[in-house]
Amino acid sequence: MNSQTARESAVEAKADARPKDRLSMRELAIRYGFLSLLVGLIVFFSLATRGFTSPQAAVFILQSVSITGILALGVTATLVVGGFDLSIGSIATSSMMAAAYVMVVLEQNALVAVLACLAIGALVGLINGLIICYMRVPDLLATLGMMFLLIGLQRIPTEGRSIATGMTLPDGSTAEGTFSQAFLALGRHRFDLFIENLVPASVVVLIVLAILIWFFLEYTRFGRMMYAAGSNARAAEFAGAPVKAYRIWAYVISGVFASIGGILLAARLGRGDIASGNNLLLDAVAAALIGFAVLGAAKPNAFGTAIGALFVGVLLQGLTMMNVPYYTQDFVKGAVLVIALIFTFALLARNAR
Amino acid sequence: MGDTAVFRIAGLTKAFGPNAVLRGVGLDLRAGEVSVLMGANGAGKSTLVKVMSGVHRADRGVMMLGDKPFSPATPAEAMRAGVVTVHQNINDGVVGALDVASNLVLDRLNGAGSGIFFNPRRVRREAREVAERMGLGIDLGAEVTDLSLADRQMVAIARAMSHEPQVMILDEPTSSLSSNEAERLFALIDRLKARGVAVLYISHRMSDIRRLADRIVSLRDGAIVGQFDEKPLDYEGAVNAMLGQNLGRHSIDVRAAGTPVFSVRDLRIARGANPISMDLGAGEIVAVTGLVGVGKTQLAETLFGIHAPLSGTMELDGKPYAPKTPARAIRDGVFLVAKDRASTGIVPEFNIYENMSLPFLPRFANAGVMRRRSERQTARAQIADLKIVCRSERDDLATLSGGNQQKVTVARWLTQKSRLLILDEPFQGVDIAARHDIAAKLRESASERATLIFLTELDEALETADRILVMSENTIVGEHRNADVDMDRLLAEVAGQRLEVAGS
Repeated sequence: MNSQTARESAVEAKADARPKDRLSMRELAIRYGFLSLLVGLIVFFSLATRGFTSPQAAVFILQSVSITGILALGVTATLVVGGFDLSIGSIATSSMMAAAYVMVVLEQNALVAVLACLAIGALVGLINGLIICYMRVPDLLATLGMMFLLIGLQRIPTEGRSIATGMTLPDGSTAEGTFSQAFLALGRHRFDLFIENLVPASVVVLIVLAILIWFFLEYTRFGRMMYAAGSNARAAEFAGAPVKAYRIWAYVISGVFASIGGILLAARLGRGDIASGNNLLLDAVAAALIGFAVLGAAKPNAFGTAIGALFVGVLLQGLTMMNVPYYTQDFVKGAVLVIALIFTFALLARNAR
Repeated sequence: MGDTAVFRIAGLTKAFGPNAVLRGVGLDLRAGEVSVLMGANGAGKSTLVKVMSGVHRADRGVMMLGDKPFSPATPAEAMRAGVVTVHQNINDGVVGALDVASNLVLDRLNGAGSGIFFNPRRVRREAREVAERMGLGIDLGAEVTDLSLADRQMVAIARAMSHEPQVMILDEPTSSLSSNEAERLFALIDRLKARGVAVLYISHRMSDIRRLADRIVSLRDGAIVGQFDEKPLDYEGAVNAMLGQNLGRHSIDVRAAGTPVFSVRDLRIARGANPISMDLGAGEIVAVTGLVGVGKTQLAETLFGIHAPLSGTMELDGKPYAPKTPARAIRDGVFLVAKDRASTGIVPEFNIYENMSLPFLPRFANAGVMRRRSERQTARAQIADLKIVCRSERDDLATLSGGNQQKVTVARWLTQKSRLLILDEPFQGVDIAARHDIAAKLRESASERATLIFLTELDEALETADRILVMSENTIVGEHRNADVDMDRLLAEVAGQRLEVAGS
């Protein structure tokens, strides 16, 4: 308590020597370092490659990060309450498989498929939350277990095969259902924005969800209480907050967001592909953690998460356009994450304590 | 012993950036003597300790250990030279995952010259030597996590003593100990004195200081402003020197209770305890005093709905009151400023206004959306009222000093009207000036509600309350009007029950 910074600020306040809006270089670097880096990257790529700055390229970047971005926004909610959700990747692939199963095997329409996916996401999130809050299983372990369980579960109905129209079912018959056009539109439809057919539906979903979760976490009392529960659960409890309920809700949000990601994935692929979605978890978690560094927040925040996802997207797109081979992508993402984490924890350690 | 100083400091200065924290400290420590260092929060005590123990380097000035200059670059170097420090946070001093024996010889396990392999028998043998020398009656095979805080403290001190130090610095060692445990620590310090160690003891607690001090040194704004070593020690003078103003002993005009607000009938908070009954009226401040561990916190938290009573009833404004959760209690107008702000009060990542509005978010929200302007207005009013030192209401709580953090946690519950305000050790780790600010604000705002304060320090109770209840063995054993207190009876009530416990 009696730390050096405490004394410094106390002395400063007494002397009132420093106007409060003037920031030191260090504070400037902490606050705007990552955003300037992002701008710098964009400038660099637009000078170094052709066509990087076109609206189509910008939309392409957003599209490439839309699904991981949505998952990352969900996992941000669990980070806010001091938890973690490792099951988001498998929730997304499970809901992709479920969508395919509902339409192809059960021959239902798009609405039923979407509702089934959302229900799966909410249910898994609820179970995660209950296990963590009431069975006292640590969050990482509980969601790791759930991840494992879902990876297995999504393969059982089809005996481990991908789902597509015309596939052979376990009982020998052939699946006759098809992906409905309405469902596929979620992955393929493009809205007009100045240019015809510019913005894909998935990007619209990403932007809407990002604004929603940002507003929710920053401006509503529920978001505030979730931060309180994550920062000091006992203090939140002594302030009359139902901490467990908030934590469970965070996992439900995370599950629902992941299932929305899964819906978009299914709509993009047009089939239930058991091999896809492997990287979703790592990419999403990376984006959320990179977000800690944005604006010197040093804590999970929706705006940072969105910027983190965008950062990875810009970097990969730029490098691809500069003909850097695809197999270096994970390396690049990992390097960005490590640097962002160092930035967060080394530079911000002073403020964060 | 005698008058020769083993440790001498002269002209010590230290600044962090533009802020001078130490402005020329001069201090002598003598062998076999306990020098108590007093200072308000932010006076520079911790910085002085850190310079002496090698965590920080002084900007200017000299330190002499014996007749050699002493300027340690690391804590390890200071320790080797013979200056050891036991820090405030007990768990910094011990490793929870290891047993007592390993903890006692921990420094030797990683010092130069120790082998790669770990010989449990040798560790035991060395540990036993250390323990015997210090008269440490703790099972060497016990895991540190199973020990009480006091025992952990003893282990940390015993290990520090194994270096045969000439100077021992104890930084608020009793802040989380009960009085029984503290007494064991004092006995250990007596043994250190007898061995000729110069002890620098830092504390806020008058009872510690009265028990231990051979000499009192007052630190204010980074300089020594008073040294008191004539017997009997001038405690009041030392306090006044440290505060730089004469606060003296506040005599309060005792108020009588107004309309009854809150009553408790036959409340039982622990198995086998006698039931508690009390009545609280509007406008009065009632202190509940008693030793650590007599059930004060249990009672406070029961009234706030954290624990359910075993039996008994409560009434608030004539209506039955039986909260199942803190949320329920808050809605009924019963607020608790809980003990130990770090774990139950503050949200370190929140700024001042977010911390203050925490329990009342619905009242600061429109359809779930926070109204920040009104939060900030409320916070600004409290900052002015309680003289909270900060740059603005947007300061992170982690940047405030302990006393100011405590003011924020108290202010939180003053932002809204309550029927019953309960405070559990609201003056813990708070300097006297901040304590007076808080107490004055409580008295000033008390007229509409009943106020119940749980305090271990009797002085604090005498300074703030209109009525004093004494608690012992999970029940209330005495009641005094704070006008003509029969101190002998009061002390007997505090202590008398304790003797019975020891006897039974």
